[in-house]
Amino acid sequence: MHKSVTVNKEGTSDVDLAKCRAILSKYNRSTPSDLIPILQQIQDAYGYVPQTALSEITAGTRIPLSKIYGVVTFYSQFSLVPRGKHTIKVCTGTACHIKGATDIKKKLTEALQIHEGETTKDFKFTYEPVACVGTCFLAPVMMIDNRYYGKLTADKAEATLKNY
Amino acid sequence: MVSLLIDGKKVEAAPSQTILQAAQKAGIHIPTLCHAPRLSPSGACRMCVVEVEGARALVASCAAPVSQGMKVSTGSETVLRARRLNLELIWSNHPNDCLTCDKTGECKLQSLMYDYNVKTSRFVAQNPPTKPDDSNPAIYRDMNKCILCGKCVRICDEVQNQHTLAFSNRGMQTTIATAFEKPLKDAGCVFCGHCVSVCPVGALMDKPSMNKGRPWETKKVSTVCCYCGVGCSLVLHVKKGEVIRVTSDTYSPPNYGSLCVKGRYGFEFYKSPDRLKTPMIRDSIDQPFRETSWEEAIGLVARKLLDIKQHHGTEAFGCLSSSRGTNEENYLAQKFTRAVMGTNNMDNCARVCHAPSVTGLRAALGSGAATNSLADIEGAEVLIVSGSNTTEAHPVAALKIKKAVRQNGAKLIVIDPREIELVQFATVWLRLKPGTNVALINGLLHVILNEGLENKGFIEQRTENIDMLRQVVAQYPPEKTEEITGVPREDIIKAARIYADTQKGMIVYGLGMTEHKAGSHGVMSLANLALITGNVGRPNTGINPLRGQNNVQGSCDMGALPDVYTCYQKVDDPAANKKFSEAWGCPLPTKPGLKEPQMYREALAGRFKAMYIIGYDPAATQANINNVRSAMRRLDFLVVQELFMTETAKLAHVVLPTGCFFEKDGTFTNAERRVRRLNQAIPLPNGARHDWEIICQIATAMGYPMSYGHPGEIMDEIARLTPEFAGINFERLAGDGLVWPVWDKQHPGTPILHKDTFTRGKGRLNDLLYTPSEELPDNEYPLYLTTGRRLYHYNNGSMSLRNPEIHTISSEEFAEVHPGAVLWR
Repeated sequence: MHKSVTVNKEGTSDVDLAKCRAILSKYNRSTPSDLIPILQQIQDAYGYVPQTALSEITAGTRIPLSKIYGVVTFYSQFSLVPRGKHTIKVCTGTACHIKGATDIKKKLTEALQIHEGETTKDFKFTYEPVACVGTCFLAPVMMIDNRYYGKLTADKAEATLKNY
Repeated sequence: MVSLLIDGKKVEAAPSQTILQAAQKAGIHIPTLCHAPRLSPSGACRMCVVEVEGARALVASCAAPVSQGMKVSTGSETVLRARRLNLELIWSNHPNDCLTCDKTGECKLQSLMYDYNVKTSRFVAQNPPTKPDDSNPAIYRDMNKCILCGKCVRICDEVQNQHTLAFSNRGMQTTIATAFEKPLKDAGCVFCGHCVSVCPVGALMDKPSMNKGRPWETKKVSTVCCYCGVGCSLVLHVKKGEVIRVTSDTYSPPNYGSLCVKGRYGFEFYKSPDRLKTPMIRDSIDQPFRETSWEEAIGLVARKLLDIKQHHGTEAFGCLSSSRGTNEENYLAQKFTRAVMGTNNMDNCARVCHAPSVTGLRAALGSGAATNSLADIEGAEVLIVSGSNTTEAHPVAALKIKKAVRQNGAKLIVIDPREIELVQFATVWLRLKPGTNVALINGLLHVILNEGLENKGFIEQRTENIDMLRQVVAQYPPEKTEEITGVPREDIIKAARIYADTQKGMIVYGLGMTEHKAGSHGVMSLANLALITGNVGRPNTGINPLRGQNNVQGSCDMGALPDVYTCYQKVDDPAANKKFSEAWGCPLPTKPGLKEPQMYREALAGRFKAMYIIGYDPAATQANINNVRSAMRRLDFLVVQELFMTETAKLAHVVLPTGCFFEKDGTFTNAERRVRRLNQAIPLPNGARHDWEIICQIATAMGYPMSYGHPGEIMDEIARLTPEFAGINFERLAGDGLVWPVWDKQHPGTPILHKDTFTRGKGRLNDLLYTPSEELPDNEYPLYLTTGRRLYHYNNGSMSLRNPEIHTISSEEFAEVHPGAVLWR
């Protein structure tokens, strides 16, 4: 999924735009309402929304770059920086908090050696606490991508990472 | 119409109007922050809320339409409380630095806080301060002061069509940003300053004006921009004899508040240390200049010119005046040349730009001027833009084209070899090979006539020579036209059908049509298109040259041409000759004089001895400057009137310092024939004199007394001698000016020419064969080179290059080369 993103010496990414163009080609006569589906597919394809891809969208859809930037910065589902292959969401809602979410967060920070909202150097994980994932019966809980891991302890959480 | 009650007052309004518009019409004030008359309503600021009887909540009057029987209260206690709360919320995120803020005095937030007596806010600032964007020399952005009204975003989108700014990071941290928060100059900004002009607070400021003065300290002087033929109205803000800021009036034509980067930020050139302030003379051009008094300089010019006239005859002299000069100056220049020097060797810089327009349009329609007004562009259904990179050369006219396409659904046909910015807005782009205009237009005519799409009634009643035209264009079927021009035949057919299918088709063209060996043929071909489809003489139609310099139209109208007096009265017409001879009190030559290139030829041949050049720099701007410079070096005597030591001035024997357009009274005539007054805003530099005064003083010293108290008196003389100007005087020109012809003192002016009949009677369809350009690429010189305009600079750059702001934004030139051409080498 992320092979097309290679980080060069300067730390910026060389983006292979072929996937972006393939996505855009599906929207031959696009309207402004196509923007969000296009962005979602680009986010899926690259794991984030590369700057150069936004320029391609502008060229393809005639939607001004400034407007697209406005949309991308509004929705939390879009990221302008490369994200990890997997996203870890630790629930910090009331039930999880009482059941020890703080310990889990601390452990994950140590294990991954990154802060909240950051991505590991190998681009494997992006780690972000969230307000609630809506599964209090599993508290304390975290999600990795679309999968739930419930009734956690700090050690179980750390061990789960090894599955990825 | 519906009727409603606003604050108990009965108000009539159209159903499409908003409550705010209805209230404004009735003289009831409703405060706004995010509303601007040119922009779509957004209802963002909630300052304009009003109470509508029966409505669930307060209503934003800027966005709510009126309805029958509506009862509106604009100042109830509920409304006032809501507005005060709103101001408190805005103020909680606004720095309290009115003491040093440049906006103080014209800040809408400040005046609303005063009106509503809001002294402070109960709310706490949530957003951390950010660093102001000081990265460009024109527009200063301090987002700490932004109240998120969005007017800058909308004007950048709806008026300028540049989309540089948008809302980003929406939520508590919402801000107005460029894409990726890049500096303006890297984000596609063209520095038109529209955003600054609508910002209600101090978030966006004209940077060159900051710390220069408070709004109440400045005198506002309205005048006309001199950076292109659109002739935008300007308001100069003057403090202690200095122009510190330029704005524009939203209600004044032709620009209605819009300006480009040159008009808004190109105002500092006049105080350049390079300004000439003392007359300078020398005996020969190998010597250095010597500063002298005006008396000595004028005396020398008079003596030398009399001497040359006496020893070499009247034909050894020629005068070139400037399309940047006023009508009055151009009138006096040609009067001087004809009455004092006794020759018609008179020309102006329009020779190398729009003289073919004058010739071509006169041959076809009888009048060498634009047929319609610039405002007509917005309502056209089909626009042909040919040979005009409008966004760069006439930025404010381009806004009208974009508006026609984006907001009014017009179809745009672009004829241009380059992919200019307007191509993005085009329905069809006819990408022709340079110099094949006439063939392409003949191809379009062929399709229209061949498919029977022409307006037969119009052709029958109002034109002549259709049969010959048919014969000639029959030779240009789409296949052959494609072969000559490189434009695919299907595009030729498509464009022809689109243009022939409307009764609101307007042609706009630029120097890409005229700057050819057969430039006038290109113009006549375009006139053919308008004539056979009947797209002339009505609103939103016609054929309209975009003039390059500010007064190209006027300098030609004033007779600064070798063959005509004012408004094209022929020098060899005995009646005109008699009229002017009598008025000027001397016999006048009847033989048409030399055109500018012929003057250089005569000078090189040694027959031409003296030239008088006013505000024109041919030694820098002509295509073959070596030829021009050699010609000037051969002259015995060259007098130049200038602001700066230009390339031409460097070859002169006498250089006389004059005033720029901020320092002048007079009139300019823009591309739509609008004669408009310049008003002197600042004094002449010490030591300089007005162009018109200098001409009068030289004439007087030569024994032909010329004296006027003010340029207005010169205009009175022009009006007496020129039927089209008969109704024009300075009093009547106050405000937005008048569009000639103005036949008498009651006449309102004529924005549309040729309504019922053409100036020449019938419209002439000129049958023209395409002739290739003289020099085509060959093995030795295998590439085409075409030149183009740049948004940031004007003409020889003598003015625009001396504006530090503009120079910082654009200080280099470049050539664009097709990658294929590079590989081929």
